[in-house]
Amino acid sequence: MTSTEAVVRVEGLHKRFGPLEVLKGVDLTLHPGEVVVIFGRSGSGKSTLLRCINFLEEPTVGTIEVDGIRLAGGGHRTKAKREQIRQLRIRAGMVSQDFNLFPHLTALQNVCEGPLTVLGKSGADSAVIGRELLEVVGLPEKSDQYPIQLSGGQQQRVAIARALAMNPRIMLFDEPTSALDPELIGEVLAVIRRLATEIGMTMLVVTHEMGFAREVASRMVFCHEGEIIEQGSPAEVIGDPQRVETRRFLDAVL
Amino acid sequence: MSARRHVGTTAGDRYDRLSLASARVPFGLKVAAVWVLIFIVLGLFFAVAQFDVPWMRDQVSYIVGGLRYTLYIAVGGIALAVALAVLGALGRISQNPIARGISGFYVSFFRGTPLIVQMFLIYLALPQVGINLEGSYPGMPDWLSSVYVLEPAVAGTLALGLNYGAYMTEIFRAGIQSVSGGQGEAADALGMTYGQKMRKIVLPQAFRVIIPPTGNEFIAMLKDTAMVSFLGVTAASAEIFRRSQQAGNADFKNLEALLLVAGIYWALTAVFTFFQRRLEERVSAGYVRTSPLRTREAPIRPSGREGA
Repeated sequence: MTSTEAVVRVEGLHKRFGPLEVLKGVDLTLHPGEVVVIFGRSGSGKSTLLRCINFLEEPTVGTIEVDGIRLAGGGHRTKAKREQIRQLRIRAGMVSQDFNLFPHLTALQNVCEGPLTVLGKSGADSAVIGRELLEVVGLPEKSDQYPIQLSGGQQQRVAIARALAMNPRIMLFDEPTSALDPELIGEVLAVIRRLATEIGMTMLVVTHEMGFAREVASRMVFCHEGEIIEQGSPAEVIGDPQRVETRRFLDAVL
Repeated sequence: MSARRHVGTTAGDRYDRLSLASARVPFGLKVAAVWVLIFIVLGLFFAVAQFDVPWMRDQVSYIVGGLRYTLYIAVGGIALAVALAVLGALGRISQNPIARGISGFYVSFFRGTPLIVQMFLIYLALPQVGINLEGSYPGMPDWLSSVYVLEPAVAGTLALGLNYGAYMTEIFRAGIQSVSGGQGEAADALGMTYGQKMRKIVLPQAFRVIIPPTGNEFIAMLKDTAMVSFLGVTAASAEIFRRSQQAGNADFKNLEALLLVAGIYWALTAVFTFFQRRLEERVSAGYVRTSPLRTREAPIRPSGREGA
């Protein structure tokens, strides 16, 4: 079942919360090195789409494939399925809006937690990975600080390092800058940009930062009322939107 | 000490001068003076009531000798209660119907019946069940009788642990639920198993909330160990209340015996309250539980100041 040349493949994804249908049949494929920006009004289902990909939300119907691990949504979470979900999550790093660093651990311990606990690496090996990644996000001197001692931007950069420490095939960013004060947004976007340009990390980013999207995205996807109604390169989507909904949204945010 | 500038002699002036003088005395000192006064009044009262101090001096070492049993029971009880509370709390929030059912029954029964009834159930009713069973099924091995015929102190410890564990289940459940959902999600997203998530992420954070009230429960249990004496503890292993009863009844010195044992409980409680307060300060210092938005505050450091 392994599909060639696709890091993520979403097929026929529906998600219902009670009577509310948030996703109405979404298909999306990401190839290695692609940076896909999802945008759209709040409530359009873009965050739910992201959360379905690593099964933080169980898809009502549809299939998710991450790095060859293919899982159908819906149905009971058997032991076997839980284990597959876990394997899938290990391959998909997630960065959320609220950072959610572990407050009882230092920055370095936060980054090391995954390799240490989930991947079963030794303390020494984990520390090497942790220090390297704090370097990557530009916070080597903060390794012994607790999250409360860091600014929002710094916390989010540590959260990115924590997700990278699992050596994921794809990074999922769920509005990574929307909880930040304006002057702190730049430093986080700079780190994400570096992941794209220097490592060639495959990324799926939900964001309202259109300037960042124009510059970094290889493809932009517009979500509207639970469907992807338009996608293309930033030049196409921002420069010459085909759908009136897209045009209206861009007029409002640009 | 009084302000000499005021030379008037009316009642109003005198009152003013008094309140002025009083304002200079620290509030804490005034409270302490009231305490001293209460003790003086009580002392006078007991002296009038022919309080037998030499008898107390004779008996104190015997009664204090029971302290180790009091502490054994309390420490054993709280250890059992903590273990049960962790399991109970995980059961209460579990999606598994068996775990939810068992923990729900446990909390409901042990909170819904008096502690003293539970003690007698374990101490008196359990052996009866065993004897009746042996009557019906004669082939039962002998060692089984040691399971249901329990030493009074063991039965008491069990009952205290089971009873307090039920109350503490709710404390632990609230503590676990106080950890924000985002924390569990972050652990999930890293690919942690349920056990890893609980052990490494959720429980360490929950314990900060759980430790202070658990200290309270321990102090309360310390006093409830007195109930074990109702199970008729043998002289050798009698805890302090039992010993005070034995000594007091024998010489008709109940007043002295009871005051003595009350004083011992009081002192014990004061000591543990002191340590509990220190612990409470330590676990709450420098910590914000959930809000990720409060990120640019200066780091809070433990103040190390003892609030009286």
